Amino acid sequence: MQLKLEPRGFQSKFWSYASPVLAIALTIATMAVIFLVLGKDPVISLYTFLIEPLVAENGATELLVKASPLILMGVGISLAYRANVWDIGAEGEFTIGALFGGGIGLAFPDLPFSLLFPLMLIAGMIGGMLWAMLVALLRTQFNANEILTSLMLTYIAQLILIYMVTGPWRDPQGFGFPQTAMFSANATNPTIIEGTRLHLGIFFALAAAAAGWLLLTRSLLGFQLRVQGFAPRAARFAGFKETRLVWTALALTGGLAGIAGTLEVSGPIGQLTPQISPGYGYTAIIVAFLGRLHPIGVVFAALLLGLSYLGGEAAQIELALPSAVTGIFQGVLLFYLLGCDTLILYRLRLRSSRPAALRA
Amino acid sequence: MMNRRNFNKLLGAGLVTAAAPKIVTPALAEDVLKVGFVYFGPVGDFGWTYQHDVGRMDIVKKFGDKVKTTYVENVPESADAERVIANLAAKGHKLIFTTSFGYMDPTIKAAKRFPKTYFEHCAGYKLASNVSVYEARFYEGRYVQGVIAGMMSKTGVAGYIASIPIPEVIMGMNAFLLGMRSVNPAAKLKFIMVNTWYDPGKEGDAAKALIDQGCDIVTQHTDSTAPLQVYAQRGIKGFGEATDMLKFAPGAQLTASVNNWGPYYVKRVQDVLDGTWKSANTWGGLASGMLEMAPYHNMPDNVIAAAKATEEGIKSGKIVIFKGPLKDQKGIAKSTEGVVLDDGSISSMDWLVEGVVGDLPK
Repeated sequence: MQLKLEPRGFQSKFWSYASPVLAIALTIATMAVIFLVLGKDPVISLYTFLIEPLVAENGATELLVKASPLILMGVGISLAYRANVWDIGAEGEFTIGALFGGGIGLAFPDLPFSLLFPLMLIAGMIGGMLWAMLVALLRTQFNANEILTSLMLTYIAQLILIYMVTGPWRDPQGFGFPQTAMFSANATNPTIIEGTRLHLGIFFALAAAAAGWLLLTRSLLGFQLRVQGFAPRAARFAGFKETRLVWTALALTGGLAGIAGTLEVSGPIGQLTPQISPGYGYTAIIVAFLGRLHPIGVVFAALLLGLSYLGGEAAQIELALPSAVTGIFQGVLLFYLLGCDTLILYRLRLRSSRPAALRA
Repeated sequence: MMNRRNFNKLLGAGLVTAAAPKIVTPALAEDVLKVGFVYFGPVGDFGWTYQHDVGRMDIVKKFGDKVKTTYVENVPESADAERVIANLAAKGHKLIFTTSFGYMDPTIKAAKRFPKTYFEHCAGYKLASNVSVYEARFYEGRYVQGVIAGMMSKTGVAGYIASIPIPEVIMGMNAFLLGMRSVNPAAKLKFIMVNTWYDPGKEGDAAKALIDQGCDIVTQHTDSTAPLQVYAQRGIKGFGEATDMLKFAPGAQLTASVNNWGPYYVKRVQDVLDGTWKSANTWGGLASGMLEMAPYHNMPDNVIAAAKATEEGIKSGKIVIFKGPLKDQKGIAKSTEGVVLDDGSISSMDWLVEGVVGDLPK
């Protein structure tokens, strides 16, 4: 007996959209079983994990705060992955963007907000772009694999951040602690709703998703990126310049990650510290895949992933579950998503080993 | 346990509260004090976070049903910290311990939003009317370790796995070398800054690198047990951190500086119950019991005797660690003969004593 995956030979449009929904449903069912095994009431546990974070004080706005950088980076990553440019260094681009944007904020604390804040965002975008363009340079000039280079550059970015906050940019009044001074009021990403931490980031995130969608579906560049990803040879025959597309894809990813970094440090963090990202750049990769590499899908995926963090905290507070519950949720979700995707394209066939013998 | 009908009620309540701005906190008997803890690592790190959790359990043991404790583990020192701290406050925790220095500004921000909640931040320096800070004088334990290292090291070179260049770590390195030099004036200390508090892989690699550079006694300012396991493999000796890690390296751990937060936590809970909680800056050491030395192992009796004498000397005040003459790495005098550094100079220390090899970030 043998299990075999057979190509179905066609792709169901319906199931390509239904697959994430099915994966989420299966994840929730599996989580219920896990909660039950842990000796918790599955219904109340699921409520705590998935709904309580939204109805808690400031819960909904906190979810948007958590999701904003994930959306910004997820959109950029989706565009690049569509073109077969596997940049996994959004984390580093976020960090360098935060350094550029934050650096402007620290250097000119007294400029008026209307001038300073846009300058910071532009600087952050340029910083992220530059970092991603190193990857583009290495790929286009030396044919270096961007998966490796972008990952390694992330470590370098983190070390630069640590160097800056423990050295030149350390708060002189900070007793030697590795942090910069807090940003001035003019350099601060303002909150939209009084009493919450919801900041301008959500507008940028939604705008990026909308723009990414338009770019992907309505522009020549988007078409080129998609063809480059689906059929590189066809792209070449059509005269699309691969090198230029690689540069463009990485510039988009880096720029968006850089903006996300600036918004994060100038907003909810308020200063540069050694740990400005809890791994947004890596989570954004899951977000991009969960969102079908589609800018609008990314928005929903980021909200769901963001919810898994908030839910994990709620489960710790209310149910005394370990923090690993967040990781398990994300892992189970990804497992089902990949499983569903595979089964949409392939069918499982049970084959006994006999037919082969008969044929002989 | 909850049945479906209750759940529907809860759902209904949820929808109502979604429309209303404030959440209705689940009902708890009024005299139950809810105490929250925010942990940087997992409770199972068997180091820093584990020891805070031991302190939390001391509260549970002492007060039983009068308090309810909650913890959230693995909370990054990023924008997430403030959310978790505020979330605990919003859910009715009246006393919240935030147990990593990176939670400093998030704690201060949350404290502004919840003026009626008491906050206790470990290892920082920012106080507010509802924020206390507390920290142990880890450097006292480092000095005891240094004395042991000075007597035990054959190469006269010890290693220090340093986490982040903050005063707490710098004073620890200085105290260690001063202890070492009190028995071996030519002793040297090499260090590696791993830029993390908890990363078993990096910590283990740093231990290997220090041993390869000739250090035959290594100590760590990070939270995992990985370095001790490296010492055991490489046949050298070293010190545990934050908690007694003997069981992870029975043949390699000499002693460990043990953070004993329990008595302080119990006292602060009592203060809240009595209505006498006040913002304070607590810096306890061996004398107050906030810091303890784990039992001495793997060393000759005369070293044990010297270590115990040092411990007693620090407790009684006979041994003063940061007492002049003190010189920095460049030989510049930081304190003249007999002059003792005050707590302010110690807690903002940004220079290394003569004999420490390697530079701090400028």
